[in-house]
Amino acid sequence: MKADGRLLGVLAASAGALLWAVPFAWMAVAALRPGVPADIASLTPGGPFGLQNFAEAWQSGSFPLWYLNTVIVCGGILAVQLVTASAAGYAFARLRFTGRELLFALFLLQLLLIPPLLIVPNLATLVSLHLYDTLPGIMAPYFASAFGVFLMRQTFRTIPRDYEEAAMLEGASIPVLIWRVLLPLAAPGLVAFSIVSVTAHWNEFLWPLMAVSSPSHQVLTVGLASFASGAEAGSAWGVVAAGTFMVAGPLLVLFLVFQRRFVASFLFSGIK
Amino acid sequence: MRVLGESFAVGRFAGQRGIGLDNYRRLFADPHFARAAANNLVYAAGTIVPSLVLALLFALALRETGRLNTVLRTLVVMPLLIPLVAAAALFSFILLPGDGLLDFYLGKLGLPMLNWLGDPDLALGSVVAITVWKNTGYYMLFFLAGLAGVPQDLLDAATIDGAGAWRRFRAVTLPMLGPTFGFVLPIAIVNALTQVDHVVTVTQGGPSDATNLLLYYIYQQAAQNYDAGLASAATVITVAALLSLSLLSFRAIERGTHYES
Repeated sequence: MKADGRLLGVLAASAGALLWAVPFAWMAVAALRPGVPADIASLTPGGPFGLQNFAEAWQSGSFPLWYLNTVIVCGGILAVQLVTASAAGYAFARLRFTGRELLFALFLLQLLLIPPLLIVPNLATLVSLHLYDTLPGIMAPYFASAFGVFLMRQTFRTIPRDYEEAAMLEGASIPVLIWRVLLPLAAPGLVAFSIVSVTAHWNEFLWPLMAVSSPSHQVLTVGLASFASGAEAGSAWGVVAAGTFMVAGPLLVLFLVFQRRFVASFLFSGIK
Repeated sequence: MRVLGESFAVGRFAGQRGIGLDNYRRLFADPHFARAAANNLVYAAGTIVPSLVLALLFALALRETGRLNTVLRTLVVMPLLIPLVAAAALFSFILLPGDGLLDFYLGKLGLPMLNWLGDPDLALGSVVAITVWKNTGYYMLFFLAGLAGVPQDLLDAATIDGAGAWRRFRAVTLPMLGPTFGFVLPIAIVNALTQVDHVVTVTQGGPSDATNLLLYYIYQQAAQNYDAGLASAATVITVAALLSLSLLSFRAIERGTHYES
């Protein structure tokens, strides 16, 4: 009786998970079918298969440019965030100064005001800073990540003060202390934050859509949206699937390879 | 660095200030805004409840680690990794009338074909389905972590006391998951207000406002109608709604949570 119930659970979960994978399965199958087959919806077609859709997508969209812009945006945001978040996180965790708690409370308040909702005020700020339609403009609202500060504060708090004091006694200067002692110890926090940050900004759409107007500054998501609507109009669904694959692929592959890391980081990100 | 961070925070607040009351009057008189707010309520309920229930069911079924479960978990989590616009592109084919994947297989079963995204009565449901598909795996991760924290001896004790599976779930597992609900629910609320990329690319709020949501309304006013006043007023209202909803959910969860002493 009990074994029956368990078997039923396994079957239901398997069916559900397979259903969940159908969009991916279709993407992979349709992307490999050249031309415009009548049964393009089929998940188990007979062929022929080929890579023509990828070639066509690569030629009709500006994928190299979009990849480059996306990498610049994600990398730029991350580089600045790592500096600001560890510096501010360290300050909140270690230094004593008047108004520390109040300042930290203000930071937590900012945590609740999620940037995606604030596209209008952020756009106004961007225009007044003359950053509209630039890649730094896409990055600007994320330079000071309240979540990153919070995460790094927690990370630095777990590092015993003794380590720092011992290094100081040995005569280590502040930069040496940071590079040789603190950052290596804070590495797990930094890695977790990096994964969450890159995933979020690789996939972001609405803000890069609004912050940029010229095609030469588009990122992958914005490019995919215009590219897909063009290909859909011509019913070139195989090309749509190939383009979607090229946008979603890099993170999916990284996820499949470093799954444990990703899952741990996402759980970390839930502590907001 | 702190000053830099602070200036950003202050800058954001300042950006919202100085809006005349006139904008609010226009906003509340706009039937499109009322529709967007009502739709967003349906969207929130329609995405949060099913995705949390499904996430919990998946977590319960896949809680034990084994090779099969690891693969199945991966399949459910994968949508979390792709952009919402990519999910939208896939689903605009799946839901395509006639040749689309859903109609193709429904047709094989002899079921009628429906215009999932074009019918005003079905469009919001289709948008909800895309969001549920995308978010369930994320919430499942939290439930899996929460379930790992339920002490096995507590469950064993309940079994010895003669509690069946359902009773163990109701009386032991669910109350112990209170803190998990406590931080998943606010995340889900934030998602229900901020995830509109698929509305922008697939339905553009249509047909006839059926899928207009608050953030999409804000985007429309700002980027298409260039009505900064209306867009700002709608932003303030939406942020206020988000803050009060988050507080409410915290309270409700706190009251229902069972803390082990």
